[in-house]
Amino acid sequence: MSVLRYLLKKEFRQIFRDKTILAMMFAMPTVQLIILPLAMNFDVKQVNLAVVDNDHSSYSRQMVNTIGASGYFRMVAAAPSFPAALQYIEREKADLVLEIPAGFERNLVREGQQKVGISIDAINGTKAAIGGNYLLTAITDFNKDLPVNTAARLSPAAGGIDLTWSNWYNPLAIYKFYVVPAVLVLLLTLIGGFMSALNIVREKEVGTIEQINVTPIRKWEFILGKLIPFWLMGLIVFTLGLLVAWGVYGIWPVGSFALLYLFAAIYLVALLGFGLLVSTYTSNQLQAMFVAFFFMMIFMLMSGLFTSVDSMPPWARLIAHLTPITHFIKVMRMIVLKGSGFADVQREFGYLVVFALILNGWAILNYRKTS
Amino acid sequence: MSTVVLDHITKHYDQGKVLAVNDVSLQVGAGELFGLIGPDGAGKTSLFRILTTLLLPDKGQASVLGYDCVKDYRQIRNRIGYMPGKFSLYQDLTVKENLDFFATLFGSSINENYALIKDIYEQIKPFNDRRAGKLSGGMKQKLALCCALIHKPEVLFLDEPTTGVDVVSRKEFWQMLKNLKQQGITILVSTPYMDEAVLCEKIALIQGGNILSVDTPDGIRSKFPVPLYAIRSDNIYQLLTALRKEPGVDSSYAFGESIHITLNEQQTNMAAIQQSMVAKGHTQLSMEQIQPGIEDSFIRLMNQAQPAIAWQRK
Repeated sequence: MSVLRYLLKKEFRQIFRDKTILAMMFAMPTVQLIILPLAMNFDVKQVNLAVVDNDHSSYSRQMVNTIGASGYFRMVAAAPSFPAALQYIEREKADLVLEIPAGFERNLVREGQQKVGISIDAINGTKAAIGGNYLLTAITDFNKDLPVNTAARLSPAAGGIDLTWSNWYNPLAIYKFYVVPAVLVLLLTLIGGFMSALNIVREKEVGTIEQINVTPIRKWEFILGKLIPFWLMGLIVFTLGLLVAWGVYGIWPVGSFALLYLFAAIYLVALLGFGLLVSTYTSNQLQAMFVAFFFMMIFMLMSGLFTSVDSMPPWARLIAHLTPITHFIKVMRMIVLKGSGFADVQREFGYLVVFALILNGWAILNYRKTS
Repeated sequence: MSTVVLDHITKHYDQGKVLAVNDVSLQVGAGELFGLIGPDGAGKTSLFRILTTLLLPDKGQASVLGYDCVKDYRQIRNRIGYMPGKFSLYQDLTVKENLDFFATLFGSSINENYALIKDIYEQIKPFNDRRAGKLSGGMKQKLALCCALIHKPEVLFLDEPTTGVDVVSRKEFWQMLKNLKQQGITILVSTPYMDEAVLCEKIALIQGGNILSVDTPDGIRSKFPVPLYAIRSDNIYQLLTALRKEPGVDSSYAFGESIHITLNEQQTNMAAIQQSMVAKGHTQLSMEQIQPGIEDSFIRLMNQAQPAIAWQRK
């Protein structure tokens, strides 16, 4: 036991001696947690709109005004013709073109119906879909208030289903509430995964592992001596992240902290096992960096951080479920936003325990003192 | 019973493509200062790593202090000290922290075996709080030796301890080894420097994974089978080229400021060679018979072994 204690002492000494790494370990999650969620905003504002008004009537002007007043659009041009307006899209000055045909007002009043054309730049799919939707809503609003329709509504039994809704767990549907817990998990993953992988490989690269290997030190002592310091550092980073989430975004976990930390603790064990595994297969820090990076990219993009896991194709969903980060992100969101109890997340708990066992077991089997 | 025994040890790398150690058998007696002499890539480090239980041999058996290097590796690790060729202590820990660390790993402490490392440690003590990475080459080597000795090993393995160290430090280092030997520690040391060979009690010349000869330094020198001559002139290079074309000369190689040659047949005598050289216009010729050194023996053994090794490689 005294050997393990001394190993830990030595490990912490080395961590605290490398000021750059230490600063990175704490500054990176703090700074990134402040910057990333602000930038990763999927709420679409400022859709650039070019209008082709072939009617120049009071109705058409009213419609353009209604759209402009919705607050989501910025009028970039009033073009004389559709081809001219399309130029704005081609030069990326506009995202949408609204074409109002000649006779717009006359047809509306006389025949009670009229068509307008919307052209959307769909290179950025999200912006196109949401921007198009906004425009439709704005036009529907305008449509509702037309004299023809207001008159119609006065007549009884107009019928139709009136919708009301409310957003649960995130009443204002604010995107950052969704993203901050996930980004925190991501940063924890990056730090835990890279630090543990690189640290052990460094001993290989520098050659110190050779000197350790000829000592009677036991395999489990050496591995525990490596994992415990990073496990503790991980929990500190996690705490720091929660504080930033609270201080900067006002996100205070609804669920229990004990459950949150239980998951973080198990997740870190799985993650450090991953780092250890990478280090047993690589022989220098550059290799370890690339291998870890390869998996980190998959973890990041498949984890449900950006896109919903449920809407992935089956094969991708399988990969997503085979990465521990997916489960932890899900649990984080459930506990932080929804206040889920252990019963709600016990399946994820099981997953993480299995990941921890497999990754560590594999790593320990593959770690050899003799080649 | 020998302290270190190598019995027909063979080791390949890269799935059998590279032969590192070829059927090596060797014995080192208790309390001996044994030198493994050979150029880079001769297989010295592979042998050391097998004996220190870091590498598994493909064939053959090795034992240290009677313990098998494969089965009883745990006993061996408790009883040996190993100093790898590359400085492998923690560069970001201080001198004292490194020593403390390795003492603890062996369940010992600096004080427990202080007597053993005292002479060496006194020299680096002033730098106790300096990080190992900031030490000079000689200091690093002394620290590494201290760390290898801290648990009072019975056998000490030193892999090229003097490579990259200045002449004075090298001399000091060998003095330290002699002192350690006095305390009854068996020492195996490898080196590419021939001049260090004479400082060992017994040496093994190794080349291309093969042991060429095992004997005392004097024994190896006295086994040199033919007379050896040193020859000089004012233009060594031209002289060497001329000697290589001379039919009576068996081997010739530059050695410091002179050329060492051996003759082909007994009947060719040095006078004839000298005449031939003078006839070819070499001036200020001087010639004498000399005592062969370890390096001469090594070069001769190497040249003899070369065709055999080349054949085995195929």
